[in-house]
Amino acid sequence: MSDVTPTSKPDQPEDRSSFVADVTGVGRIDWRSNILIPALAILSALVVGAIFIALGDLDTLRLWGSDPGRALSETFGTLGDAYGALFRGALGGINPISETLTRAAPLILAGLAVAVGFQAGLFNIGANGQMLIGGMFALVVGFQFDLPLLIHIPLAIVAAFIGGALWGAIPGYLRAKTGAHEVITTIMLNFIALRLVDYLLTVKFFQLEGRNDPVSKSVLDSARYPKLIEFINPRYRVHLGIIIAILVAVGVWWLLYRSTIGFEFRAVGANPDGARYAGMNVVFLYVAVMAVAGGLAGLAGGDQVVGTLGRATSGFSGVIGFDAIALALLGRSHPFGVVAAGLLFGGLAAGGQAMQATTNVGIDIVQVIQALIIVFIAAPALIKAIFRVRAEAESAQVSQGWAT
Amino acid sequence: MGNVTAVMTRPTDSRSPAELRRSRVLAIVYLVLALLVLWAFGFGSEGSATFVISRPGDAIRVGDISVPGAGLAFVVAAVLAFLGARQWMAGFGSKTNLVLAIGLGLVALSFLAWAADGASFSLVGLLQEAIKRAVPITFGAVSGLLCERTGIINIGIEGMLLGGAFTGAIVGSTLGATAAMIAAALVGGLLALLLAVLTVKYRVDQIIAGVVINIFVLGLTSFYTSQFLVANPALNNAPIMRAFGIPLLADIPLIGPVLFDQNIFVYAMYLLVAITTFTLFRTRWGLRTRAVGEKPRAADTVGINVYRTKYRNVIIGGLVAGFGGAYFTIGSVGRFDENMTAGRGFIGLAAMIFGRWHPVGAVSAALVFGLADSLQVKLGILDTPIPSEFLAMAPYLVTIVVVAGLVGRSRPPSDYTAYVKE
Repeated sequence: MSDVTPTSKPDQPEDRSSFVADVTGVGRIDWRSNILIPALAILSALVVGAIFIALGDLDTLRLWGSDPGRALSETFGTLGDAYGALFRGALGGINPISETLTRAAPLILAGLAVAVGFQAGLFNIGANGQMLIGGMFALVVGFQFDLPLLIHIPLAIVAAFIGGALWGAIPGYLRAKTGAHEVITTIMLNFIALRLVDYLLTVKFFQLEGRNDPVSKSVLDSARYPKLIEFINPRYRVHLGIIIAILVAVGVWWLLYRSTIGFEFRAVGANPDGARYAGMNVVFLYVAVMAVAGGLAGLAGGDQVVGTLGRATSGFSGVIGFDAIALALLGRSHPFGVVAAGLLFGGLAAGGQAMQATTNVGIDIVQVIQALIIVFIAAPALIKAIFRVRAEAESAQVSQGWAT
Repeated sequence: MGNVTAVMTRPTDSRSPAELRRSRVLAIVYLVLALLVLWAFGFGSEGSATFVISRPGDAIRVGDISVPGAGLAFVVAAVLAFLGARQWMAGFGSKTNLVLAIGLGLVALSFLAWAADGASFSLVGLLQEAIKRAVPITFGAVSGLLCERTGIINIGIEGMLLGGAFTGAIVGSTLGATAAMIAAALVGGLLALLLAVLTVKYRVDQIIAGVVINIFVLGLTSFYTSQFLVANPALNNAPIMRAFGIPLLADIPLIGPVLFDQNIFVYAMYLLVAITTFTLFRTRWGLRTRAVGEKPRAADTVGINVYRTKYRNVIIGGLVAGFGGAYFTIGSVGRFDENMTAGRGFIGLAAMIFGRWHPVGAVSAALVFGLADSLQVKLGILDTPIPSEFLAMAPYLVTIVVVAGLVGRSRPPSDYTAYVKE
């Protein structure tokens, strides 16, 4: 797991570690750069996030002038309440854990979409748009066909993958053929997908009968991911999606580290010119990488539509596609790292919701904390400087410039 | 500077195979556009569109122009076909982007005549709006090129614009418009300082650092919006800069109201383009900036402080983007909404590429985007058969076409790898 960052060099021997070693990291994990640095990054982000929360508390800020002692205790009170609610909302009981897993599923899938891009040297910011298109494909399968559950769900999953893959392949093709940077094209395709879904949701074929707002028809029960622990309490939302997400992560691990095409993905990421020189078809690889990445994000969209929501609404991808970037960096672009980071971010999302409901700190602070995590992950030198850790971790490098 | 001028002055008859291929693709684009205009607008219009040029209060009145939609479409299609043929045979050399911009403008005009078929339409209103909407894109593009000329890619422009917009709203509501503009610029500069520290000092990947800034600012502004702007509407009620005419110039028909009867942000945009063009290509600062961007090692050897130059330029770029961001609030609607920049920073980057990293090129490209943007707003009012969601896609589609069609042609001016002093 040491050479899985986007910086992996072509001259390093190919990763031939066993599955067990990759999961447990026994004997080969560089614990400083893969465990310690991310953990310290999360800690630092929570501390800096606390400062921003304190700055958002106007009443207490006014108190600093008149009664600094009380202001200090009020500030710590606010922070304790906020982070306490965050923690309880993520892990404090069956329902919080169910919520965390529900939210982790699309995050893991979208994070894999970004991670696969990173491994091939492509920066996929388009997970949001790919989710939307994949979700719409799954939606059509979900409400249009009446099939038995065992056929209907797999078909919806395949449709979600295809939808996302088609949308993702566009920036891959443009990058390979014209050199258009995928950062710009994927962002633009996000906006286009957003408008497209808004339009489709007002078309009679998609729209729920008798509604004027953009809400789609409901997915048939035979296509809905079954809830996992409904028998305990029907309130618990966690569904098949989290299992699918973890299975897909294993599949992506196999694709990247055990298949020929995955090796080519990583080779083109490490050195496009070298890959071309070695006889690989770089144009095909860029399209394939982005199609796979888009397909994975499409699965995340499918998870929302046929899993959590049961229908499509305007912009149902939310900010998952952006969280996925932080998540992929935190997970060092390794599928299992992404799963771990996805569970963490799922907890942040579920806890953030609870925090917003019970304290007066908004959920958007979670995004700030995630951005701070990326800063500390992307600049390990910062962490090393703060904590005086000795680690040979280097900055993540994904790009050389505008054109290839 | 060297490689850019070399590309721009290369004679048209010595096109390389790659250039030839791009030229052919572009030629086909022209021909497809010609057919589209002919088929959709030429055969689709029956009456005439009336373009209103003067407003009731103008000093010099000009009559309205009535344009038969079909006739205009035939003329535009013919011009496009000619441009396509010329592009195929000889190319336009350094004028390629300019010609493409003109071609797209003609398509827009023809589209407009078709959309306003049988109705009257204020051309002044449309163009005024286009200039206004070009403002944040131009500021973003100039900010981008200030950073890129010194070898730093600034993907964080979107975040700097958003930060400027947010600051503009809050400071504008409490301390007034002048303070708001200064504060917005400072916030942009601060974010740029973060970008510079991450990329120059810690050598973080430039794209990642920029994306971090975008996510960070989006999260922070959304957090503080829900945290206290929602509860205190008084904090989100900034004064809006009014338009004022420049004496004499504002009285010129059509051009006057469009260019010289605008608010301070538009005039600041003119100044910005003039000043950056002059300083970048005519002063010692500009020469050093470009030297650091193109060959940092050589610049270092002759005694230029590479790191300091990078820091200074990135921060100046941030000041520009932050000021441009204030347009969204105090220059336009007066209040801040979550993610109100909606990708304008990225469109600015596309404008920078389209304009070949030159301020004048950047503002021209921004005007094309501004026109696409204002068309979708103004057409929303007219009763067109096109759904508004598709019109809203226009600026984004144009951006993709531009980046895909031209990025390979336009060579970036700088070396973007992190510089390590020996």
